[in-house]
Amino acid sequence: MDLYLSTRHEGDRTIIEVGGEIDVYTAPKLREQLVDLVNQGRYHLVVDMEAVDFLDSTGLGVLVGGLKRVRAHDGSLRLVCTQERILKIFRITGLTKVFPIHQSVEEAVSATD
Amino acid sequence: MTGVQAAEPDAAEGRDEQEGVSLRFAPLPEHVRTARLVAVALARRAGVEDGLLDEVRLAVGEACSRAVGLHRSAARGEPVLVRFAPPGDRFRVEVADLVTGGPVPKPDDGEGEGGLFEASGVDADMGLAVLRGLVDDLEVETVPAGGVIRMGWPVQHPDYS
Repeated sequence: MDLYLSTRHEGDRTIIEVGGEIDVYTAPKLREQLVDLVNQGRYHLVVDMEAVDFLDSTGLGVLVGGLKRVRAHDGSLRLVCTQERILKIFRITGLTKVFPIHQSVEEAVSATD
Repeated sequence: MTGVQAAEPDAAEGRDEQEGVSLRFAPLPEHVRTARLVAVALARRAGVEDGLLDEVRLAVGEACSRAVGLHRSAARGEPVLVRFAPPGDRFRVEVADLVTGGPVPKPDDGEGEGGLFEASGVDADMGLAVLRGLVDDLEVETVPAGGVIRMGWPVQHPDYS
């Protein structure tokens, strides 16, 4: 399964829907997307991971890199994820304390803190 | 070498090589997915319970990604080797790299907010952190020729044939 990306804007928020596998092979595609968005001045990102089938540490690294980039512009990077097997990886690495993780895109888009 | 191949049996390796499954692949990211698929197929066949198959998939993928990264930085022409032991009381997997001083654990590895990621960005040690948090039966060894990550999982009916 490959990686699928779809992007849309809601106000100053940009929602990136991610599907498929985020691994050492596909993660560069996600990194490129995040970098492009920041370069376009999109600093408030919501990454919807509900359709992600697989995530490894390379994918985590890309998300952390994206977070650093938006924070450099006082932006935000929020995740939408309810899949236990994906959440487990965030917990193992302590990243649940780093990323705001939401139950739905609506919740993430409306969050302000 | 750019592809994936079954490793040739090596008499010196003993029964594992004779009766288990070995996978030797060029250090290319796209081959890691193949290794994950093989790992899950073999784990299922060996009797690893369904609830652990995701763990096997992620752990073998992490170990292979790490080995690929090491080889791409220092031994680009050398293959990564994955060995699946023959049927037994556990499903055992070894992922070997040939990079000298390979997967050496760092003393400051661990959990904690930001600790893993802030100093020098994200690197292969995050993969090791995931492995440590994920796999109870995990052994990371540095050998003269590189490094070996050994992992094991219980099987429910260790009698497949």
